[in-house]
Amino acid sequence: MIAALTLLLVFQLVGEVIARGLALPVPGPVIGMALLFLALMLRGGPGEDLRQTAGSLLQHLSLLFVPAGTGIVLYGDRIAAEWLPLLVALFLSTFLAIAVTALALAALTRRRRNTPTEEPGR
Amino acid sequence: MTPNLEEIWVYLSTTPLLGLTLTLLAYQAAFWLYKRAGFHPIANPVLISVAILATLLLVTGTPYQTYFDGAQFVHFLLGPATVALAIPLHAQWPRLKAMAGPLLLALVAGSLTAALSAWGIGALLGASRESLMSLAPKSVTTPIAMGVAERLGGLPSLTAVLVISAGIIGAVAGRTVLNRLRIDDHAVRGFSIGLASHGIGTARAFQVSEQAGAFAALAMGLNGLLTALSLPWIMPWVERLFAG
Repeated sequence: MIAALTLLLVFQLVGEVIARGLALPVPGPVIGMALLFLALMLRGGPGEDLRQTAGSLLQHLSLLFVPAGTGIVLYGDRIAAEWLPLLVALFLSTFLAIAVTALALAALTRRRRNTPTEEPGR
Repeated sequence: MTPNLEEIWVYLSTTPLLGLTLTLLAYQAAFWLYKRAGFHPIANPVLISVAILATLLLVTGTPYQTYFDGAQFVHFLLGPATVALAIPLHAQWPRLKAMAGPLLLALVAGSLTAALSAWGIGALLGASRESLMSLAPKSVTTPIAMGVAERLGGLPSLTAVLVISAGIIGAVAGRTVLNRLRIDDHAVRGFSIGLASHGIGTARAFQVSEQAGAFAALAMGLNGLLTALSLPWIMPWVERLFAG
């Protein structure tokens, strides 16, 4: 577990250095993820230790958002003044984004999947 | 003795121990409830934990910064957890590669919808400019959204709260939207939830299936990337278009 955690942190560190060094708008951990992905492609897959550590970290991914979410206590005044536009925009826009993405992806993959079956004689 | 109790409180409020322990206790309680509710999305563990902690802070009059001094150890793990998303991504690679074209097109459509509809609805209902610029990147993962909002003239810490709210909304109600649309492919469901609701949606998707989780992780990463690159030049243009 320690070895796997070290590996994850090393990739994050390298990502962070690249992001800052090249002044990229993407956060270091996202670059770290891309680099680890490339490393896994080259090596053919993660070892058991890394798989387990990543699994337990991702299983409780929700926990990691709790401290930042609790920051809502700082915005009592703004939320009191603008709760309607904020709430409506958050709900509607999230639903719209889910619907548009899902419908687009479903339509695009369905067409592709149907193509071979439409060929006669198959 | 009461003076003793006060001393203990003074000690506890200056160490990170309390904030950290309370975060974990609140999450344990929230997760217990989530499990008791048969993992129903309404009993979202982030929502319940935040409700417990925010109530505690407000009732005891504890400043958020004092709490965060302890909770930052949990917050820090977001970094390595993001890196760890490479593992499910790698596991689902053959399916991802087969769907690359449709995924990219759906990404562009979804990403634009997420940012522009948030801005447009907020503007129609009279939100302030600072709030609008904090709303626009609400569908992408917290660190990217905070950076984008700052560049647009929003408030990074307000953005974090809006991002997490969008995450909770998608994790709680995304299932209902997708069921209404009769979308049952786990790859499609995961991808759309990850795009609109970043890590919190991805966390929920992983609880449903590994395939949904991997597609959600991919959508989260791609939407973060696309938003970071596109919003800083799209938003000023949109604002100018609607200013006159």
